[in-house]
Amino acid sequence: MSATTGTEPALERTPLYASHVALGAKMVPFAGYEMPVQYPPGILKEHLHTRQHAGLFDVSHMGQAMLVAADRSHATVAAALEALVPADILNLGLGQQRYTQLLNADGGILDDLMVCRSPDAKDDGGLMLIVNAACKHADYAHIAKHLPGGVTLTPMPERALLALQGPQAAEVLAGRVRGAADMGFMTARSSEFDGTIDLHISRSGYTGEDGYELSIPAKDVGVVWAQLLTDPRVQPIGLGARDSLRLEAGLCLYGHDIDETTSPIEAGLAWSIQKRRRAEGGFPGARRIQDELANGPKRRRVGIKPDGRAPAREGTEILALLGDKLGTVTSGGFGPSVNGPVAMGYVKAGYAEPGKPINLMVRGKALSASVAPLPFFPHRYARK
Amino acid sequence: MATERFTKDHEWIRVEGGIATIGITNHAQSQLGDVVFVEVPEVGRKAAQGETVAVVESVKAASDVYAPIAGEVIEVNGDLTGTPALVNEDAEGKAWFFRIRIANPAELDALMDRAAYEAFVKEAS
Repeated sequence: MSATTGTEPALERTPLYASHVALGAKMVPFAGYEMPVQYPPGILKEHLHTRQHAGLFDVSHMGQAMLVAADRSHATVAAALEALVPADILNLGLGQQRYTQLLNADGGILDDLMVCRSPDAKDDGGLMLIVNAACKHADYAHIAKHLPGGVTLTPMPERALLALQGPQAAEVLAGRVRGAADMGFMTARSSEFDGTIDLHISRSGYTGEDGYELSIPAKDVGVVWAQLLTDPRVQPIGLGARDSLRLEAGLCLYGHDIDETTSPIEAGLAWSIQKRRRAEGGFPGARRIQDELANGPKRRRVGIKPDGRAPAREGTEILALLGDKLGTVTSGGFGPSVNGPVAMGYVKAGYAEPGKPINLMVRGKALSASVAPLPFFPHRYARK
Repeated sequence: MATERFTKDHEWIRVEGGIATIGITNHAQSQLGDVVFVEVPEVGRKAAQGETVAVVESVKAASDVYAPIAGEVIEVNGDLTGTPALVNEDAEGKAWFFRIRIANPAELDALMDRAAYEAFVKEAS
């Protein structure tokens, strides 16, 4: 438990701060914000509720920004972003979203982000970016510094972001957000909430479940939040369950599972680099990434399933059975839906095969575990 | 009647006939949240005061449990291994962690009674 001292910069609050407090949330500092880590039911129940019904998350701390080409050409804005990320941005259709990473010159990950081509033809030449809260200011500076003339980055601090996740999310929004039910995974559209509040909605999330993210003007988010909570299928979910949900889903947490030293290939994110970019390169660190694609990385992010009940936390050493150090756990804890401990970490090449027996050094004792396939809990995305 | 004592590390101690039963307080379990794993010491272990002898893990984090007084572990609560959530349900009752034969009863004097512990919790929050 850490205390805030007077020397630290004041924490920011999302527009829903007062609602969280009123709901009885435990507020903690996270990425410069005071955020709800859990509500009175607690992480375990919130996690299970999301997997069974629908969980509502305030993720307004995340960075939302528009990258816009003055000539309103998708090709212009896509080329500008492709100089910084390894994903194919050019071939995104209107309203199509893609996961990618901002890379440094060594192919290390500066941040991971979502990129969405504007859903409406009249707004084309614009890409909406959603980046991690802890990285947003550095990301904006990095992007702005590398942009060609005629392309500008505009952060949108006046927009809030909600995530509604879980198998009942689609039913919950069906009557309230026009078009929501018909959307496919990783697509976005412009719509309204209850016919009155304009929003940008994408079918995506960070739990492995079907669900949506809603970008809403900050002044209107309180109404949407309160209205959604009147639905008995919907419960507010804190950052604690957000973390256990994404861990079970095998999704990376920036600053833990990926950082400036890890490449997307080491991190098992090769799927996020499309064919044309692999062949052409033209992104930072392309040489390393193309080499790792061809010859395999030296280490690899893997799932880890401890044999016993003891969780292996971040920082736990991973050893081969004969004692050689293989790597380190980067995320680990208890998976409520798996009903047991789960972890992710990096191991040396040659040990990444699911089923490989390994040891984890927990409190000075070697606990047996094995490399496990990811995700720990099956994804249930609405692919159309 | 049993004597009850508390530590600043949020453990409770119930003393009866030279034997201390030890667990974590209700306040501690509420701060930890959902308990998902408990590791208790081995019977026969001799612990010094303040030594880490058990571990309690919630979804959020792992916490050490210290021996609040020196002594030999004579019994552990095996139920906690299979049902760690018992700690959330009945921290100061059924979810005791271990019992020790007290080596030095004088160590109890420095610990808090319930009123002092409650004041300590109130002050810290």
